[in-house]
Amino acid sequence: MGDGSHLGKVRGLGSSGHGSHHWLQQRLTALGNILLVGFLFVSLIRLPLGDHGAVLRWATNPMVALALILMVVSVFWHLRLGLQVLIEDYVHGPMRLLALVLLNFYAIGGAAYGIFTIARIALAPVVAGPGGM
Amino acid sequence: MAGNEPNARPRAPHLQVYKWGPAMAVSILHRASGDGLAIVGAGLFLWWLGAIAAGPEAYAAFVACIWHDPNPEISLFHQITNILGKVVLIGLTWAFFQHLFSGLRHLVLDTGAGYELKTNKLWSTVVIAAGVFATAATWLYILAGAL
Repeated sequence: MGDGSHLGKVRGLGSSGHGSHHWLQQRLTALGNILLVGFLFVSLIRLPLGDHGAVLRWATNPMVALALILMVVSVFWHLRLGLQVLIEDYVHGPMRLLALVLLNFYAIGGAAYGIFTIARIALAPVVAGPGGM
Repeated sequence: MAGNEPNARPRAPHLQVYKWGPAMAVSILHRASGDGLAIVGAGLFLWWLGAIAAGPEAYAAFVACIWHDPNPEISLFHQITNILGKVVLIGLTWAFFQHLFSGLRHLVLDTGAGYELKTNKLWSTVVIAAGVFATAATWLYILAGAL
């Protein structure tokens, strides 16, 4: 297999040259997800999820907040790569470009919202209230 | 599928002429569970984070919507979302385990191992069975704790 002709590349028929990069990132974020989503899963099972005060105490722990931020980065990076392949397989024509742009909005916007919210929970001043601290 | 391009490049093989096997099932389940986690799972996680940050009242409203509304005069909307929420959470639990186990299978396949027909069939079946088993075990544990 060669690199394809210059004309082929211009027509979008050649290799983009980013395939192994995408493949490797998907595997590396998968390893991150095993660790970090595994941590979230165990936490969700063990936490009294109906008790806001208990959930808040858990989420304000600096190590937990750090793990959650790392998880958001790993998960949203991984889901962007995965949904990109889904779109490339099933969406054709001009809709593909639109779908890929929307995917990037979702992945970057969702990750930004998640990281900001985790930081806000962890750094917010403690307010005394019923069921709270 | 690709449409009306006037070229004679090979078409994708007709999926429906193949005998359906565990390897095909685990492949499409990996995609389906991944997409479910990516859209529904990540979305619910962000909603949960937002509810934690918004304070005790907002958090109680979140729990009343997706899990259990303690109000004796519960609205029809919450009656529906209380059931729907549990269905979605059980579905996400299954998607998590299915995607985790078949993801681990992919990491093994990446080393070049496990492509022999019998081995491949065996581990595809194990992945599907383990996903269902782990989901059932998790929810039995949750329900046992709730009693």
